Amino acid sequence: MLQRFQNISFLDIALWALAAIIITVVIWGTIATIIDNPYNPQFWAETIVFGISQGSLYALIAIGYTLVYGVLFMINFAHGEFFMTGIITATIFLAQPMKETGFLDNYPIISLLAIAAVSILVSMAIALLTERVAYRPLRKAPRLVPLITAIGASFFWQYFFRGLYGSEVKPFPPFEILKGKFTIAGVPILKTHAVVIVSAVIMLIGLYLFVMKTKVGKSIRAVAENKDVAALMGINVDRAITITFAMGSAMAGIAGVLYALVFRQTHFFMGFIPGIKAFTAAVLGGIGSVPGAALGGFLLGMFESIGPALFLEGLGIPAPHQLKDVIAFTMLVLVLILRPQGILGERLAEEKA
Amino acid sequence: MAMLEVNDIHTYYGNIHALQGVSLEVEEGEIVTLIGANGAGKTTTLRTISKLLTPRQGNILFEGEDIAQYAPHEMVFKGVAMVPEGRGVFARLTVAENLDMGAFSRDDTKGIKQDLERVFTLFPRLKERRSQVAGTLSGGEQQMLATGRALMAHPRLMLMDEPSMGLAPILVEDTFKTIKAINEEGTTILLVEQNATMAFSVADRGYVLQTGEIVLDDTAENLKANEMVQKAYLGIE
Repeated sequence: MLQRFQNISFLDIALWALAAIIITVVIWGTIATIIDNPYNPQFWAETIVFGISQGSLYALIAIGYTLVYGVLFMINFAHGEFFMTGIITATIFLAQPMKETGFLDNYPIISLLAIAAVSILVSMAIALLTERVAYRPLRKAPRLVPLITAIGASFFWQYFFRGLYGSEVKPFPPFEILKGKFTIAGVPILKTHAVVIVSAVIMLIGLYLFVMKTKVGKSIRAVAENKDVAALMGINVDRAITITFAMGSAMAGIAGVLYALVFRQTHFFMGFIPGIKAFTAAVLGGIGSVPGAALGGFLLGMFESIGPALFLEGLGIPAPHQLKDVIAFTMLVLVLILRPQGILGERLAEEKA
Repeated sequence: MAMLEVNDIHTYYGNIHALQGVSLEVEEGEIVTLIGANGAGKTTTLRTISKLLTPRQGNILFEGEDIAQYAPHEMVFKGVAMVPEGRGVFARLTVAENLDMGAFSRDDTKGIKQDLERVFTLFPRLKERRSQVAGTLSGGEQQMLATGRALMAHPRLMLMDEPSMGLAPILVEDTFKTIKAINEEGTTILLVEQNATMAFSVADRGYVLQTGEIVLDDTAENLKANEMVQKAYLGIE
């Protein structure tokens, strides 16, 4: 017991104090908001639904970070770009022309599936190309090297696609059938949000079952634990890593479509902020863990959505809704102080740290 | 023709010349042991045979075929399985999933099922713990799992890297009994050991490795009687 106290440094105390201050401010703000009661229940219900919808986007993108980290112990900072490349291509070559010809309104489901297919395929192709050209040759390099390469790849794809499609915002056409809302238990839900949440949950469950139950999924987990031993089992490690990138970028491709349905626009820079947020979500949930990434995504989306009104409004902060990014990154700092391995993460062994 | 022929291999770790011309042969049906002190190059030899390391010089023939062209994961398809140093079980996978991975190279459902039965007969403990995560097994059980996992590939040649390491004496005896049993069922074994006494009790022949070179090779009987071996590896003055 004494031993434990001796290991506590001033830095730890300072960090805990910081965490305590943040938590106090949050609780104080929450109480103040509740006493003030500036919003009606409907507002809260809508905010929560928006939070879940936003969270499911983060969760889908976060899966890609967590899968790649799981097998390569590398933060793939270009992952946000995989998300962007798929949907921006599908918008320009599919969604916009289909809207003009009226096909999109006549056959909305087929159109949506086609857009999703193209978005997934392009995201995957870009991811596999990046892995093959930029990451694989550096597999044995010190860990900082692929990290910097990933940042480089991120810039490369951003400006490559800016050069390809131009820097203006490309509107994503609205779907007539997704307009309007319906009501569940008195809570009005936008149809778009319902589609986002349901598809994301299906994809996440599907991916989880794939990783846990199939032979290929098990081999990916084996590679994540020990590449040499996995090879001794007859597992082609390079192929397992390729499949991992393919799965992660497919999720990002889907997330791109769902993002476009909600925000109705795409542009070359759209991957940056969602990418960073999803990375935050992956760390929050415990990077390397698939359920962790999903949980982290939903939590982050919820906090971002509810947080400004709940924590900040009561403190008398003007325009609290512009501070949702502050909430997201404050959450990251809190988690890193109090539980560095993330909510569902395991403590990293020395070799992986 | 020997099943495995290692001809004068030189393997390096960076600039360190770890194997300085190792040659050995394993005949079909044999148990051959490779003994030596820590750092002599025993594990390096096995890792070179399983293609995790590539020799700069020399060649390795398995069933007459040079294995230089194969990637490590292809060696299992050729019929070579390994029980790695420190067992190397997948700690976060269950016992059943670990065994599944052992059979990764195969798609004959029926044969896999038979081999699973065989592993469970050999190690009833694994059957009891099949849905348990491998990281929670004891050292002895992890050794059983690593051995069982290698058997799931239905190998013709099994490479074993210090199966007795870190086990209680009674478990060491069980481990060697199992090795003998596996061999009697028709699997050829190349066994790397520090525990020379136990290794000689099951092996047909042996090689002594010292700082990257083979210094002795003979039948297990003769090695046991050799003065140098007695002094250095059997603790007999």
